[in-house]
Formats: sequence, structure tokens, C-alpha cells
Amino acid sequence: MSAKFEKNALGRFVPTEVNGKIQIPYQGVGKYKPTGRKYAPQIASCADYPADGNKIVASLKDALLKSGIKDGSVISTHHHFRNGDLLAVQIFDIAHELGLKDLVWVPSASFECQNSLIEYLKDGTIHHIEGSMNGSLGRFTSSGEMQGMGILRSHGGRYQAIQDGEVIIDITVIAAPTADPFGNATGDRGPAACGLLGFALADSQYANKVIVATDNIVPFPCVPWQIQGNYVDYVVVVDQVGIPEKIVSGTTEITKSPDRLLLAEMTAQFCDEAGIIHEGFSFQAGAGGTALSIGVYFAERLRERGMKARFARGGSNKYLVKMLEEGLVDYILDGQTFDLEGVRSMRENERHLNTSPFTSYNYHGKGSFASMVDVVILGATEVDLNFNANVVTHSDGVLLHGIGGWQNCLFSKCTILPIPLFRDRIPVIRDEVTTICGPGELIDVIVTERGIAINPLRKDLIEKLKNTSLPIKTIQQLKEEAEAICGVPEKPKFTDKPVAVIKWVDGTIIDTVWQLGV
Amino acid sequence: MSTKVMIGNKGKSVRSDCSISLECTDSGGINLQIDSRVKALFGKQIEMLVHEMFTFYDLKNVSLLIEDAGALPFVLAARIEAAIKKLIPTEKEFLLPFLKQNYYQTKKDKNRFSRLYLPGNTPSLMINAGIHRPDGIILDLEDAVAPDKKYEAAFVVRNALRNLDFYGAERMVRINQIPRGLDDLDFIVPHNVNLILVPKCESALQIQQVNERIEAIQSAHTISGNIWLMPIIESALGVIRAYEIATAASNVVAVAIGLEDYTADLGVRRTLEGTESFFARAQVVNACRAAGIQPIDSVFSDVGDMEGLKNNVLRSKSIGFDGMGCIHPRQIKVIHDNFAPEQDEIEKAKKIVNAFIEATEQGLGVVSLGTKMIDPPVVKRAQRTIDLAVKMGKLNQNWREEEHVS
Repeated sequence: MSAKFEKNALGRFVPTEVNGKIQIPYQGVGKYKPTGRKYAPQIASCADYPADGNKIVASLKDALLKSGIKDGSVISTHHHFRNGDLLAVQIFDIAHELGLKDLVWVPSASFECQNSLIEYLKDGTIHHIEGSMNGSLGRFTSSGEMQGMGILRSHGGRYQAIQDGEVIIDITVIAAPTADPFGNATGDRGPAACGLLGFALADSQYANKVIVATDNIVPFPCVPWQIQGNYVDYVVVVDQVGIPEKIVSGTTEITKSPDRLLLAEMTAQFCDEAGIIHEGFSFQAGAGGTALSIGVYFAERLRERGMKARFARGGSNKYLVKMLEEGLVDYILDGQTFDLEGVRSMRENERHLNTSPFTSYNYHGKGSFASMVDVVILGATEVDLNFNANVVTHSDGVLLHGIGGWQNCLFSKCTILPIPLFRDRIPVIRDEVTTICGPGELIDVIVTERGIAINPLRKDLIEKLKNTSLPIKTIQQLKEEAEAICGVPEKPKFTDKPVAVIKWVDGTIIDTVWQLGV
Repeated sequence: MSTKVMIGNKGKSVRSDCSISLECTDSGGINLQIDSRVKALFGKQIEMLVHEMFTFYDLKNVSLLIEDAGALPFVLAARIEAAIKKLIPTEKEFLLPFLKQNYYQTKKDKNRFSRLYLPGNTPSLMINAGIHRPDGIILDLEDAVAPDKKYEAAFVVRNALRNLDFYGAERMVRINQIPRGLDDLDFIVPHNVNLILVPKCESALQIQQVNERIEAIQSAHTISGNIWLMPIIESALGVIRAYEIATAASNVVAVAIGLEDYTADLGVRRTLEGTESFFARAQVVNACRAAGIQPIDSVFSDVGDMEGLKNNVLRSKSIGFDGMGCIHPRQIKVIHDNFAPEQDEIEKAKKIVNAFIEATEQGLGVVSLGTKMIDPPVVKRAQRTIDLAVKMGKLNQNWREEEHVS
């Protein structure tokens, strides 16, 4: 591959062309504003659809064939079942059986349960992935074996890319826990209830062909219709649409680690002293044991003071649901449910709202919920001295995670990353991160067990924490402290071959993931 | 003598540690295999350390396999040295530079509310121990180390004393039972240990033996400095001899009680209420008070039961103990919060101290509060409560000025 590169606004070399499409290098926060109109799907006619509303076809294979699946098709799936997804593998099994080549897979996120797709990436059934490449798929991508270049997008960036026509989806398959023959679908009920189907919204609106697969078909109308049947081409009834128990992953339990609990306590105290915890405030704490514990500390402080939060943004889980039910928060604005308590609450509680990447995250819209949040708690694999942070690769250079909503959440009023200063022997604060996923200007505070660094841009926070008992240090001091304990790490070795690019929320390329060297 | 040895820990759940397989060969030079989770970042540095140590010990024909799960340099060095010394007889110690922030001494009567036990052969638990701010950190060579791991643990503990940041906590080691524990002293006395716990102590003689060995090591290394002792009484005989032990030497600063072994010795079950050990605890408290040192309670072993721990601390405080052991960092805060003076105690102490200061200012020889006379020991205790409250953040240092302004 003889790619051309350009230096973007963060000084990173990014390819000017990816999988045959011209790309725009990252220009800075809020700098790139495309003109023109959004992508529009084809005009459909009711004449082509059954008047009785029954769009059921015999099988998934039948639906894919009727949708015109062929070499090079772009096919999308969603991760509402997280590690309990059953459809993505079936779709590509069928494609492989049909002898198709060069397909593009556009998942909203990938999980270990989809590892068998590595075989199809090797044999050319799948050309590349646009979405996320987690775990084994990430390792495979890092090795440089994928035929095309991977593209990583945030949840908001995925909506933006589909809406703007950067990625044109030929066929989407939506796993629906309950649906009617017309294609109305919901995720909050049925034997495989998973909560909501927000990640599929863009696909339902913009994909050329929309297939709804369900194991719980109900007579018209299926209410609530999280996905509207008027967008849907075919409905398929399957034995099992997903394994809801597996939406609960290890990262959605509160931590028992004393070190992580200390991080959570320090973060909560920081928020308290910065005046962030006030009547009517709002917060988002993602999955991950530390973030969940911080939510629990928020709840304790609200309870003590007889205050409540106006809204919390989910990933919802049992801890957030408890806060809602106890009246410590007025609303949960939920993007995905992380456990079955979240699913139940979404079904039963009218204050537990289902949102989508369109409402919450899409940067090419008329505002988004993410920027209204008072404080967001996120993770990172690495942070550099300019507060730029990485969430996709590890310090050894291996791609292991997707971006999720991380980039989108950076737009909150205060972004805090509670992270251990080092993991085993690996320092988290580096001169330069392996991969930039978020620009430092949007990252306000790094909380480590050995000290807290406030971004010098946030003079207001520095002023508020002037007299704190918390250990406030510079990010340089934190880096030196970690290196005194661990040693100064070498840099990982890469070849000059790009294996994936990281999109910023506006569709520009913020960084490149390189093939691992030997 | 065997020519092959394995040292350290490995397995999926092992972190910040490593396993060493070392074999001495007759020829073939140095054969090094590094299998490390952090190889991309630290492979070269690990290799450099190994070569430095081989040169130090003059090893020319060896085969070494390191299976590393992110061990810090002091852990790697301890493991490799332990392996080498199993194979070749040498007195030479491979020491990394002493961390300068670890050069501090502690006072005889410093607060010892909490002391956190850390197994001496589990480095992953040591690395962050200090950031949880216990009053003392105990690197344990005794019961928390399996018998077949005691040899290698001594190297880890020695290197930890030199290179692990204790963040100001009192630097403690629990040695093995005397006489075996006397040999442990070689690994710790030269490395600025602040306090040594002497387990299963039953006589003043054992304390004297420890002190003789300490003095011998100190004079061999031409070093000085106080090393405090905290004997642990864990048997019926020890309880009977509590006062003898408490007064065995001037560097005995506290006596602790170990209730697991004590109740076993009595042949009774240890209960939550502790009726069976009431005599022993009261005896230790009495002996310590008579000797003018600190009585320290046993550990509370259910790390999930914070309410139970709290009750235990309050009971412990009420019968006169000054602190207790802990086995999990989450216990530290509960122990500190509940050993700290309560609000009504602080208020009463403030009144007494105020009355004393005012009486002194007025040149009165007798201090009285209302119609009650206050004896000097009461003032002293009140001042101690105030000092403690300030130290624990429950009272502002300038409380008198503040109150007079308002």
C-alpha cells in the first residue's frame, strides 16, 4: 500500500486516502464544518411492499439475498447485546457460504463473541471493518493482516458518518428483542430484552436495505416502536436473537479493588470541592468499576445533603437505576443498558429515557446532549503531557479497544479521567501517547492514586482547588513519579504501514494506528 | 547441590511479579530468555539488569528464564538474587540504590492506630500500600508466607525496605518466631527498618536475643538508629508474662495481642464478642499501661464487614487499646475514624484545656471547671485528645483563636 500522509493539527501523520476514499486531516476542535446536504437514502414506494404490512421472509439468508447482498456490500450490525450478539457471525457465515468477497463490516462495536470473523478477514470475505476492533480483532488488525484499513469511529461519529454519507450502508441487520411483521421494533421487552436500540437508529434511517431480526414477533403494533417499521424492508424470525445475560460484562460491577476505590473517592472529593455536585447537576460515569464507584459516591453525597441531580447519562446499570428509584436523580438519559436492571427500569420507568447517538452525540447536528453534562468520568489507556489521551491502543502499540462514546463525552463541562498512575510496570502518563483519540484541550483533570493534575487551561478549577487537601500536582510531576517507580519505558516498534485510522467526531482523521513491528 | 532452581510466582492472576528458572551449566555461556508482559516497553532494561547481576556474581555459564508479569526492578532483582544464591555460595548482596524518601526514623510514642499487614512474598500488594495512609506497613515474613517461600520472601522484603516508597508510614517487618526469626534480622536491620514485630513472644529473653542480634548487625555495618520492637503475645504463657515482656527492653514501644493463636492455645473458639479473650486483652492493656507503652489489639479478619470492624474498634478503644492490625487497605479509614476522639470527647477536652490555660494565665495553682477541681493527669489526657483530634483532621489547629473570634 503506497499511502500518502499529511500532518494534522496535532502533528500526527494521517493518510490522505483510506480504502480508496479521500480523507480530511483533523483541523482542531470545532474547526472543520462541511457544507452541503446530508446523505439521503433511495425513495421507496408502498407499491413495492405488502399492503397487509407483513414483511416476514423465511430466513436471514433469504432476507440478505432479497436485499441484494453481493461482493463489496457494506453491512452493518449493532452491539446492543454486547458480548451476547448472535447475528453478526451468522450474517458473515451466510456470506461466506455464498462465496462473497470484499464485504465491509460496520458494527457499532465489536466483541470477543465475534472472533470467528477473523477467518473471514483472512480469506477475503470481509475486506475491512469500520467501527471498532476490540480484543482479538484489534490484535489481528495491529498485525497488519486485514486487507483494507480499519476505521474507528465514536458512537456519535458513526451517526455523523452515516448521516453525512461518509459510509453508505447497503444492508443493516437489526437484532430486535420484540418486533411486529411491519418492522416496528423495541429492545425493552421480549425474552431477549436488551434495553434500547439507539445504535441502530442511523442505520434504519439511512441504509439502503433494513432487515429486522427478532425471536419475539407480536401482532402489529409493537409498542413502543424504538425502530419504526416504515424504514424496514424485511422481517426475519429467528430462534434466538441474542443472549441478554451477556450484556453484563465484568466491567459493569462496582470495583472491590482498594486502589480503584481510592481513585473513586478522590474523584468524588475533587468534584465536591470544585463545586460540581450541586442541586440539579448532571453527570455521566461510564462502564468500568472505578466510574461506577464514583456514581455511588455521588449518590452518598446527594443523599447526605438532601439534594438531587437533574439527569444522569447512561450506560445505565443497577447503581444508576437505584439512584433514579430513590429520587436522587430526576431522569436517566440512556444510550445503552449495561445490565438487566437497566433493561427493567427502561421498560417500567417513564423517567428512564432511551436516547440515541443522534440526540446525545452527533457532532453534525443542532447541538447534542453530551455538551450539557456537568461532569463526565472516563477512562484512558494513556495520557500525554498535553493531556491528549488514548483509549484504543495500549502502550505496547496493540489495538485493543473501540472509542465508544468517549470522544463525544469529552464535550461535557468537565471531563475527568481517573486512572492508575501505572498498570503493573507501565506508566500511564507519557511524553506522547501511542494514539491520540481525544485532544488535550477537552480533557480537564487526570486523577491518579498518587496525585491529581488539572489542565492548565482550566484556571477556574485550579483556583477552586487552591486550598484542597487533595494532592494536586502537575502532569509533568506525575509522569516523573511514575517513571521513578517503573523506569522510563521504550517506545513500541511499528512499521510504516497504517492499519487503521481514528476518526474525530467531525469525520476528520485525528490519528493513525500502525502495524506492529517485530 | 542442585544445579537448577525456580523462584517467584507465576500464573494468570499474578501481577507485578515474576518467576525465575535458573540453571548453572558447565559451558555454553549465558542463555537468557525473557518472557515478559511488558517486553515491548521494558525488555531491554530487564536484560541489562540480568547482565549486571551475572557480572556482579561472576556467572559465566547459566541458563535463565524470566516469566515476568510486570515486576518492578526491585522485585526482579530480589527474585534473581534469591535464585543465584540457591545455586552458588556467596555472601554478596545485590542492592539497588536506597530510595532517599525512605530515610526516616519514627518516634517511640507515635500514633500506631493502624498497621497494615502485607505478605512478604506478594509484591503486587506492596506497591500501593503506602497511598492508603496506614500508620504502619508491616512486611510479613511469618504467617502470611508459605513455609517453602520463606527463603525467597526475605529478599523481596529487604529490597522493598530499600526501594518501595512507604509514603511516610512506619516501616515495620514481622520476623519469624524466635529463634528462626533471628536470621531474618540480617535482611532487615541494615535497611532502615523502624519497628520489628516479634511474633509468639513468651519471654523477655526472646526480646533480649533480638536486641543482641540487632546490635551485632548494627555494629558490623557501623550503623546506628533506633529500631523499635512490638512483641506479639499469642499464647496463655505470653499473656501471663505480659508485663515481663513489655518491660524487657527500652526499645519495646508496644505489645500486640494475636487472638487467633491465643484462642487456639486456650482450646476455645474465637467469637465476635470476645468474651473468651477478655482476660488476655485486659492483661495486655494493663501490662502496657504499667510499662508506659502502647497496647495494640489483634486484627479483625472479615474484610467485607465494615460495620463489624467499626464495633470491634470501638470495643477495643473502650478497654484501653491504642490501635489494631489490619489486613486490607479498606480497613484503615474505619480504624482511624473510630480510634479518633469522638466529638463529645473533643468538646470536653477543649473545656479542660481552656480552663488550664486560663488558670495558668491568671497565675492560679489550681485548675477548676465549674465547681470541679481538675487534676494534672486529666489535663494531660485532655491535651492528648486535642493533639489527636488536630492530627486526625477533626479539629482545627487554631481552634482556640477561632473560638475566641466567634
